Amino acid sequence: MALLDIQDLSVSFETRFGKQMAVDGYGLSLERGEIHGLVGESGAGKSTVGAAILGLLPGGGQIEGGSIRLDGRELVDLSQRDWHRLRGAKISMIFQDPQTSLNPLLTIEEQLVETILTHTKLSEAKAKTRALSLLEEVGIRDAAARIADYPHQFSGGMRQRVVIALALCSEPDLIIADEPTTALDVAVQKQVLALIRRLATKRGVGVLLITHDMGVIAEITDTVSVLRDGRLVEAGETNRVLGAPSAPYSRSLIASVPRVEKKVARFPQLSDAGPRRGARSDLAQRGAEWLLSRPGAGSKREGDILDLQGLSVSFRSGGGLFRQSRVVRAVKDVGLRLAVGETLGLVGESGSGKSTIAKALVGVHKAQAGALRYFGRPLALTEKRPARDPSRREIQMIFQDPYSSLNNRWKVGAIVSEPLRFHGLCKNRREAAAITTSMLALVGMDPDAVGKYPHQFSGGQRQRIAIARALAARPALMICDEPTSALDVSVQAQILNLLKDIQDRFGLAILFISHDLPVVRQMSDRVAVMQNGVLVEEGAADAFYKSPRHDYSRMLLAQTPSLDKLADPQILAAQTVA
Amino acid sequence: MISLLAGRLAQSIFVMLAVAALAFALFRFVGDPVAQMVGQETAIEDQERLREQLGLNDPAPVQFLRFLGDMATADFGYSYRTRQPIGEMILSRLPATLELAFVSLIISLLIGVPAGIYTAIHPRRAASSAILLTTLAGISAPTFVIGIGLITLFGVQLGWLPTFGRGETVTLGWWKSNLFTLDGWRSLILPALTLGVYQLTLTLRLVRSEMLEVMRTDYLKFAVARGLDWRAIHYRHAFKNTLAPVVTIVGLQFGGVIAFAVVTESVFQWPGMGLLFLDSIRYVDIPVMSVYLVLIGFLFVLVNLVVDILYLVIDPRIRARAEG
Repeated sequence: MALLDIQDLSVSFETRFGKQMAVDGYGLSLERGEIHGLVGESGAGKSTVGAAILGLLPGGGQIEGGSIRLDGRELVDLSQRDWHRLRGAKISMIFQDPQTSLNPLLTIEEQLVETILTHTKLSEAKAKTRALSLLEEVGIRDAAARIADYPHQFSGGMRQRVVIALALCSEPDLIIADEPTTALDVAVQKQVLALIRRLATKRGVGVLLITHDMGVIAEITDTVSVLRDGRLVEAGETNRVLGAPSAPYSRSLIASVPRVEKKVARFPQLSDAGPRRGARSDLAQRGAEWLLSRPGAGSKREGDILDLQGLSVSFRSGGGLFRQSRVVRAVKDVGLRLAVGETLGLVGESGSGKSTIAKALVGVHKAQAGALRYFGRPLALTEKRPARDPSRREIQMIFQDPYSSLNNRWKVGAIVSEPLRFHGLCKNRREAAAITTSMLALVGMDPDAVGKYPHQFSGGQRQRIAIARALAARPALMICDEPTSALDVSVQAQILNLLKDIQDRFGLAILFISHDLPVVRQMSDRVAVMQNGVLVEEGAADAFYKSPRHDYSRMLLAQTPSLDKLADPQILAAQTVA
Repeated sequence: MISLLAGRLAQSIFVMLAVAALAFALFRFVGDPVAQMVGQETAIEDQERLREQLGLNDPAPVQFLRFLGDMATADFGYSYRTRQPIGEMILSRLPATLELAFVSLIISLLIGVPAGIYTAIHPRRAASSAILLTTLAGISAPTFVIGIGLITLFGVQLGWLPTFGRGETVTLGWWKSNLFTLDGWRSLILPALTLGVYQLTLTLRLVRSEMLEVMRTDYLKFAVARGLDWRAIHYRHAFKNTLAPVVTIVGLQFGGVIAFAVVTESVFQWPGMGLLFLDSIRYVDIPVMSVYLVLIGFLFVLVNLVVDILYLVIDPRIRARAEG
């Protein structure tokens, strides 16, 4: 008998617009020691399945039908009281963000012992011994000393290990892991995934791993099911589904995952999600002409657009009126070069100083030391660049989170046309409106977007608007700081293709900042690697991915979840078209 | 930790200096003290001599420094009105106000905190809505209306409780207390309730909204997913995490209760500092007013210092920052 047997599960949510089905007829069978991956894009209903198994659906959520059996016992009809007795005892959960899933006011020991005492009849002393051995089992070094620490004294990866130890306290049969490694750096992700694999095999625990990350699925799952809009698209053994997907949706979903092994000219896209062209191509054409007709475009500026040397940035952190603040050296003596029309990928783990470099380049952070030349002309690395300096217009930035980078109280038209007005790029209102709609057309948005507010658009559409805003300034250099890490793979493919198109047509230079090595490979001509504020390696992208020179780069590449099980994207793309 | 407390202490001293400057400004700008003190027949020369004796002819900074020195050494001077030492007047009134404030704070906490927790844990029950509605009425009605309402009901209609004064008190050294006799408690209960209603509502609503906030956090969801006892989830995990803001507001409230006891004390003719302050205003008794101001400021600062120390006890993260 399967450990977990879900059949025809349907979950609905009460919304303003009536009842909506979040999960519709989902089924799954999971054995002990098996890791099942539940994959899909945002809004597919993955997390809802997990919450339904725990009986913790958020407000308004309701199981409409179907059955969830754990060891043959039906869960759907359980009373809240019985369900709560099951939680922790038989089913445990691992949450996404280890920064927020531990109680900040209790020590690790208090939280572990409390959980152990709830589920077992051990004495307090025995529970403490047990807590210690659990911490050792999940790989906390020096556990005996660290057990009395508070959560804030652990790093992200260590906290996630503590979370896993907490989930294991009661020796559950089933663990639901909802994006357990999304908030972690690749090296830590690899370790945590290996830990989950080891525990599942050793303890015979069934794991339901919910994620949007195909790399994670390929890395540790035995079986997988692909969800779309609450419906099961395809299920089966991971090797089979990822290697030879049968459903068109899973084919195109897998095809849009960037590969670290090879570079493709364009990302294959989900067949029905591409930007609408056709009727609006006249507008886009006009936009392209406007961008190409920029004054001075004839007298081609050659050579390096950016030449940065010896950049050091530090900030003060903490401190108050009467307290000494600490100085954090975020970037130490970094030099970068960027040629016209070139893309430089800047990679590194969180806290390595990537974004700080971007902010110093646009003059948001003051640099302590360093010299910047922009087309050979010195440019101050402070906040005090003159407002009318051409570099202020020609260097544009695209941010990670499209939900906070657009002013929610402005209409899209005002947002996109702001650079036009500020930099005086148009003669009058009519011209500004025309350019605005053509910029939006260029990024694949309808002209009627002008009258709407940002909240009316999805994440991918917002990122397009942000790109349109950057383009309206007629930039020569775009600094993209994790431009797609908040987006689903299919949307990511669209945005990255768009950036490539724009670069090809208008000869933009791009500084592409990302922690995602496969994405960087697809985008970059050259790659620079940052570690703890220091530039450790820089060189041509192809050579870098084939044979990285620095140990740290080798480690990063090795830890990136491998997708070599997946079918070749070009073949998949061909299948999709056919 | 020492440096954090030292920093807070230095801030407190700044605040006290500012309060003292305000209190001192009263002397300079509210009427002429000499004209207040002497009769119309006093000769100009005598008035001048008095002015010289009191040091009113010295430059303002010198006078301010002298004022600071007096305040710091608890040498509060004499009242214009009663000619008594202000220190003694305040001391005789202080216990009444402190007891009133303390009891009303206890009432507000004993009812407000459990009711806040209840309404947060069971947001949809009818009892929760009833509690919220009742206390909304409590917070909307002005203090004196509530006071008069309570007097009318319990003092006049039912005749259960006295309507004014402290009743029977027990003297412990210089401290006259209501807390040791039944009659004392009977007199205390109405004013304490009147003063406490507003604080009660504030505490209740704060506890409720903070609890609801904490219940939405991942660590609370994780605690539920681990199947811990609901009691442990609600109290050990949720309530403990609401303590820091609650302690802040309760601390501020205690200062506020003492300061705003003025209205309640006047409704119930409660012989505390608030009543003394009202009388002083009526007779433009500037020294008493300024000492009252300084003392209230001092109490506020003291309470806030205690709150800061409580923070360190509650939250290990603040402790870590203080040590680091």
